[in-house]
Amino acid sequence: MKIDKWIKENTFHHSAFEDLDKLVKEKEKQNLKISLCIPTLNEEKTIGKEIVLFNSELMTRYPLLDEIAVIDSGSIDNTLEVARSFGADTYLASDILPNLDNKKGKGENLWKAIYQLKGDIIVYIDADIKNIHPRFVYGLLAPLIYNKKTKYVKAFYDRPLAFSEGIRPSGGGRVTEILIRPLFSLFFPELSAIIQPLSGEYAVRREVLEKLSFPIGYGVETAHLLDIYREYGMDAFAQTDLDQRVHRNQETMSLGKMSFGILQTFLHRMKSYGMMTDIPELSTILRQFQAHDDVFESIEQEIVEEERPPMITIPEYLKKRGNK
Amino acid sequence: MKDKMFEILKSIPDMEKKLREIRDVLLTNLVMLGEIPSPTFQEQSRMNFLVHRFNQYNLLNCSTDEIGNGLGILPGKSGDRNILLVAHMDSEYDDKADHTISIQPNSVTGPGVADNALGLAVIASLPYILEKLNIELNSNLILMGSARSLGAGNLEGIRFFLDNTDINISTGLSVEGVRLGRLSNSAIGMARCEVHYWVPEGYDWTQFGAVGSIVTLNEFINRILEIPIPTRPATSIVFSSIESGRGYSKVSTEAELKFEIQSESEEMVEQLLQQINSIAIEIATKTAARVVVKELSRRKPGGIDFSHPLVTNARKIMETMDIKPRITPSMSELSAFIDAGIPALTIGISSLETASKTAESVKIDPMYKGLAQLISLLVAIDKGYCDEN
Ligand SMILES: Nc1nc2c(ncn2[C@@H]2O[C@H](COP(=O)(O)OP(=O)(O)OP(=O)(O)O)[C@@H](O)[C@H]2O)c(=O)[nH]1
Ligand SMILES: [Mg+2]
Repeated sequence: MKIDKWIKENTFHHSAFEDLDKLVKEKEKQNLKISLCIPTLNEEKTIGKEIVLFNSELMTRYPLLDEIAVIDSGSIDNTLEVARSFGADTYLASDILPNLDNKKGKGENLWKAIYQLKGDIIVYIDADIKNIHPRFVYGLLAPLIYNKKTKYVKAFYDRPLAFSEGIRPSGGGRVTEILIRPLFSLFFPELSAIIQPLSGEYAVRREVLEKLSFPIGYGVETAHLLDIYREYGMDAFAQTDLDQRVHRNQETMSLGKMSFGILQTFLHRMKSYGMMTDIPELSTILRQFQAHDDVFESIEQEIVEEERPPMITIPEYLKKRGNK
Repeated sequence: MKDKMFEILKSIPDMEKKLREIRDVLLTNLVMLGEIPSPTFQEQSRMNFLVHRFNQYNLLNCSTDEIGNGLGILPGKSGDRNILLVAHMDSEYDDKADHTISIQPNSVTGPGVADNALGLAVIASLPYILEKLNIELNSNLILMGSARSLGAGNLEGIRFFLDNTDINISTGLSVEGVRLGRLSNSAIGMARCEVHYWVPEGYDWTQFGAVGSIVTLNEFINRILEIPIPTRPATSIVFSSIESGRGYSKVSTEAELKFEIQSESEEMVEQLLQQINSIAIEIATKTAARVVVKELSRRKPGGIDFSHPLVTNARKIMETMDIKPRITPSMSELSAFIDAGIPALTIGISSLETASKTAESVKIDPMYKGLAQLISLLVAIDKGYCDEN
């Protein structure tokens, strides 16, 4: 079967890429520039360690990264001070492309990184990873560096495939298993080969990034997968097993919000692809309930998955890149 | 005559400044080593990482041994002398504990960072640091992460190495994460003991004094506490663990007590041990139960004199840097060096962040001083300034 073949050829384990001398040599041969972008919102606890490790292992010891940038959504803790004290380039998302109206969300930061950072490849790593290790970065970069056809490399965690002690579930999050996987299986069966479509860690070539539109919130990863699949097909993807990832756990209520945003993104795409024509105007209000003793309180929240257009349509970007 | 240490002392401020540039390498090693659980007897994963690092720095003889020590040799220009730098790899935390380490601008926090992930990180980073500082020693530098140091490990790793190596080691330095200023040149004598009490089968419970293990052990402890303990030579008895009983209704029939006799004087350790033994015999005869005092290990007090050039030069270095030396006897790897007749010191690298009460937290800023002190001392040893004439 085609999907099995894809999985076999495009799924890696980070340990295959431990030889960083070799990786850096190949990177230099291709004259690639690589940027690391860490989007943050109140991550003072974990950000210091991420930067120290990446800096010493992947810039000083092995010059795999050309810049490490933290792009922040307006933290009220010391995230930026900590990041700066360990030598990262730090930006407030709102200071990048300041002439555009202000939007807030992780996707916004990822999008602005395309303008601000100089790499031919950008690797995105969430800031809330407790067990950070250089493998998170080189494991995602290596498939791009070693294979020109690959454009987008996604992380997955915990061994998902056959396992010597039996089979284990993939360790995908609840939203992945309850929402994304069923949706993909219904409409884009091939995409179900991506083991953790929502993981926040991936590496992408600029030529692809600049052509993608970016939901600014929860839908950004889903939108990427759909749009890249439509444009380039499965061959553009690879995925790397990074073993365990330890991070904070989300409450069910916030998973609800996340799903609501993702569904908006998904349905908008179904419409624009012409795969579903009669979709009505979508409501943007999510209603959830909270119980206090025997009283149920209804909480309404507006969640709008706004999108940024492809960076390549932004005049400032064209000017900046054109000047190079 | 000009002090031969002059050149070394003069270069310290500059070195301290340059050491700030290697911060991230040291912190990375601290995190990567410290996040690998390494309870005593299960140091293998941490050791593998250490030896992998040694390999990356092209050290010679990167290897392990049957006890699980991790070793690498940075060869010197002449190789006339061998200096052994050791930090223990094991930690007090078991492998189920969350080993996440967090880095803040002024401190590093996590289980075991001070004892002794930081000491080990220094050992792991040293080849890189010396290269950055353009320091090439004449002596061979043997870098070692020692296994089975703490508690029941009882320094097995370092002892095994010193007993079995055919390398002739001139000087030893044991590196501890904390505290900066620590200077140990002597070890106190120690006997580590276990008392077992149990009621033999067919025991006559009607007999006078047959009250079971808890009461008897209690009496035993009270009798030990009655022994007069001198303040000089400094001596103490540390009761460290007790186990007995299984719930209600039944008199407990077995008990175990662990204690340690510590003293600057070997005779005092011996004398106290004999006294405790005769108390045990007396109680056993009185109750017809069995009381056995088992000596698990013994360490001789000893070490180099305070006036030994290794100590005086270490103090000179510290004083030049405004570090106040705190001379404390050591219980750690130093004992193994002393037993092997090798002049040695224990020194510390940084200080504890007192603000945090629950987690172990070490300050980053003192680390540069801690490193500069260690490296200056290494250079002094290398030049032969610390030899006794
Ligand atoms: N939620 C949120 N995260 C942001 C924002 N801006 C930057 N981030 C960063 O984006 C990363 C991912 O955020 P998380 O809240 O963990 O979202 P998630 O990864 O989808 O959810 P988890 O599965 O719990 O990790 C973290 O590094 C955040 O600090 C924002 O506006 N909102
Ligand atoms: Mg997250």
